Amino acid sequence: MTANKGNIELTKVSKVYPNGVVGLKDINLKINRGEFVMIVGLSGSGKSTLLRAINRLHDVSEGQILIDGQDITKASGDKLHKIRRSAAMIFQNYNLVKTSSVYRNVMSGRVGYYPAWKGALGLFTKEDQELAAANLDRVNLLDKYYVKARDLSGGQQQRVGIARALMQEPSVILADEPVSGLDPKTTKVVMNDLKKLNEEDGMTIILNVHSIGLALKYASRIVGLKNGQIVYDKPIAEVDKRDFKEIYREAGDDSSDAADDAEEA
Amino acid sequence: MKESIPKRPFVKEWHLVGFTIFLLLVFAVILSAQAAGVGQDFSADQFFDLWVKMANPDWSYLPDILTPLVQTIQMAIVGTLIGCVAAIPFALLSASNIVKNGFVRGIIRFIMNLIRSIPEMLLAALFVAVVGIGALSGVCALSVFSFGMMFKLLYEAIETVDQGPIEAMRAAGGKQSQVVVFAVIPQVLNQYLSFFLYTLEINVRSSAVLGYLGAGGIGLYLNTTLEMFRYDRTSIVILAILVVVVFVDALSNKLREALS
Amino acid sequence: MMVKKRSFYQQSRPWLIAAIVLIVIVWAFSGLQFAGVKDSAGQILGSIFSGLFHPDWSYVYSGHGEDLLSALLETLAIAFLGTIISSFIAVPFAFWAAHTTKKFSLRSTSGKFVLTVIRVFPELVLAIMFIKAVGPGAFAGVLAMGLHSIGMMGKLFSEAIENIDRGPEEAIVAAGGNLLDALSWATLPSVLPEFINFTLYRFEIAVRSASILGIVGAGGVGAPLIFALSTRSWSRVGIILIGIVVMVTAIDWLSGTIRRHLLK
Repeated sequence: MTANKGNIELTKVSKVYPNGVVGLKDINLKINRGEFVMIVGLSGSGKSTLLRAINRLHDVSEGQILIDGQDITKASGDKLHKIRRSAAMIFQNYNLVKTSSVYRNVMSGRVGYYPAWKGALGLFTKEDQELAAANLDRVNLLDKYYVKARDLSGGQQQRVGIARALMQEPSVILADEPVSGLDPKTTKVVMNDLKKLNEEDGMTIILNVHSIGLALKYASRIVGLKNGQIVYDKPIAEVDKRDFKEIYREAGDDSSDAADDAEEA
Repeated sequence: MKESIPKRPFVKEWHLVGFTIFLLLVFAVILSAQAAGVGQDFSADQFFDLWVKMANPDWSYLPDILTPLVQTIQMAIVGTLIGCVAAIPFALLSASNIVKNGFVRGIIRFIMNLIRSIPEMLLAALFVAVVGIGALSGVCALSVFSFGMMFKLLYEAIETVDQGPIEAMRAAGGKQSQVVVFAVIPQVLNQYLSFFLYTLEINVRSSAVLGYLGAGGIGLYLNTTLEMFRYDRTSIVILAILVVVVFVDALSNKLREALS
Repeated sequence: MMVKKRSFYQQSRPWLIAAIVLIVIVWAFSGLQFAGVKDSAGQILGSIFSGLFHPDWSYVYSGHGEDLLSALLETLAIAFLGTIISSFIAVPFAFWAAHTTKKFSLRSTSGKFVLTVIRVFPELVLAIMFIKAVGPGAFAGVLAMGLHSIGMMGKLFSEAIENIDRGPEEAIVAAGGNLLDALSWATLPSVLPEFINFTLYRFEIAVRSASILGIVGAGGVGAPLIFALSTRSWSRVGIILIGIVVMVTAIDWLSGTIRRHLLK
C-alpha cells in the first residue's frame, strides 16, 4: 500500500434533495490517512448521505470532495470508477448476492479490475483468487469459501463484506452503520476486524454509528452531525461524554437515552 | 500474504452436476425439436399477410360482439363463484390443523390433484360433449377449474394460519364447528377474497377462448371469424378481449390491494 | 376516552359493498340461459366414466407412431421447446418492462404494454396463425407456445427483477464497477434462481396448454382426444384422459421437486 494515500477533504459540500429537503449543509471536513473517524448523530441527521456522497453513490449539489487530491464530484467514466476503487464501502445490509458463493461475493470487490464478461464467466487470475483467500482468512472465514452467502449469519455476512472491500485494495473504508443489525458479541468481532485494518494497514476508516459507546471505544476522532451540519468534531482525547447530549437533542425531545448510552460507555 | 485456495472435491471443482444438466437439456432440446418437426419452411408471406389484415380491423363488427363479450364476463363470474364456494368445505377437510385424520386428508387431496391436472380447455371439451353447446358447459368447466385452484390456495392458507386462536378455542372447550367459525374463518377471509379475485382474473382470460370449443362467450366469434378468414374481424375480437382483460386485471388489483 | 361515533358512510359501507356484490352476482346469473341441457347428458357422462374405468389399453403403444405415447411425447416436446426457447427471449423483455424506479418510466410502461399485448393473444389463436405460416403440426404449436410464453415469462421475470434487493448492485457500483458490471455481478446472479423457478412453473402450465393445441391441428394429444370425443369412442377418450392426467401429474411432481430444491 502506498504511503500518503487515504486523505479526504470535503469543502463546502451541500446536498439538497429534489423535494427540497436539505441533506447536507456546508460541510467542511478534512480527514487524514490513518484516522478512524466515527460519525455520530440521529437518524436523518445526514450521516448516511455524507458517507455515500464521499463514494458518490449520492451526488452532491455543491462543493467538492477530494479523495487523495482527486475530485470525485466531477469525475466520470473510468476516472470515477478508479476513484471509487480506492474508497471501499461497507453496508448496513451487507449487500451480498445471497445466492452466490462467498468466494464470488468477495471476488466482486475486484470488479474494477476486470471487464464485465470476464467477471460473469468467473475468469479470474490465480493471484486474485489467492488474494480472495487471503482476505477471507483475515476475517477468519476461509472455511466458508464455497458456501452460499445466504447460509451465513449476519456477522459472517458483514465480514464477507469486509473481505470484499479489501479486494479493492482501498486506502479508505467507508462503513455505513456496519454493525447496527448485529448482536454485541458479533459487533465486537466486526469492529475489531476494522480496527485491525486501521492499525496494521494504516487504512483511513470512516464509520457511521448510532451507538456513542462504540464511538468512544474505537474512534480516533468523533464527528457529530445534526440536521446536515457538522456540530461536533474532536479527537478522542478531547472528547467528553457529556458533549453528546447536545448532538442527540431534538426539539422537545428528552435526550436521556443518548446520554445514558454515553454514560454506559 | 499468500494463502492457498481451499480445495473441493473433483465433482464440485469442475461443476460436473451443472454440466450434466446442461448436456441433458441440450439433448432434450434436440430430441423435442425432431419430435415437433421444427425447421419446416416458414412461409412469411402468408403469416405477414394475416397480420396486415389484422392491422386493419373492421370496426363495424364491434356492436355484434358486445353481447357475447358481456356473456363471457358473466360466465367467468358465475363459474368462479360456484367453484370457489364449493371449494371451502373441501379445503377445510384437507387442512392438517383442522382434520387430524391423515387418511381423509390424503384421499381428498389425491382426488383434488387429479381434478387440478385436467387442463380447463379439456374440461370445456368434455362438458360440451356432455351438456351440449352453450354457456352452461363453459360455466361448468370454469367451476371445476376454479374449484381445484381455490381448493389448493385455500387449504394452504388455512394450514399457515396462526395456531394461537385455534388452541385458545379448543382450550376453552370449543366444538370443531366453533373453532372453524371463530378461529379459522376470520383469519383467512381476506386471503380468500383475494384468491377469489385472482381466480376470477384467470377465468376471464380463459373464458374468452372457451367458446372456441362451443362453450359459450366470445370465443365462438374467434372461431367463426378465423374460419371465414375474416382476420379484420378477428382482430376486433382480440382487441375486445384485451380491453376486458386489462380492465378486469386493473380492477381486481385495486380490490386486492385494498384487501391486504 | 369516548368511543368515536362512526359516520353514516362508515356504518353503511359494509351494506353498500354487500349490495353491490349481490347485484353483480344476480346480473351475472341473469345473463346466462341455462336452458338446453342435452337429454342425453346423463347417459354421455355415464359413458365417459365407463370409458375411464374400461380404457382402451391397446391404444397406449402400437409401435407405429399413431398411439397415445407418441402423442404425449409430442405434447411434452411442444411444451418443452416452447418454454425453453422463450425463457431466453423473455429475459431482455423482462429488463425492458421492469419498473425499477419510483418515478414513471416510459421504458417500463411500454415494455409492460408490449408484454400484455403478447399475452392477450390466446395460444389457440396464435396456433391458428402459425398454422397459416408453417402448416398444421407440432411446429406451429411450438411457435404459438413460445410466443405466448414470452409474454407470460416476461411478466414473471420482470416482477422478479423488480423485487430483488438493489443493495448488491450498489455495492458493485461503489467498488468502481459500471452498470454492465452491476448487471453481471449482482443483478443476474440474484435473479437467476427466480428465473429458473418461473421457467419451471411456466413449463407446468405449458404442458397443460400443449395438450389442447391439437384441437386446432397444432400437434400433441389434443387431436386424438377431440377425434375420440366426436366419434364417441369412450374407451379411447378414457385412456387419453388418463394419459394426460398422468403426464401432467408427473411433470408437476418433477418440477415441484426441482423448484423446492432450488429455492431452499
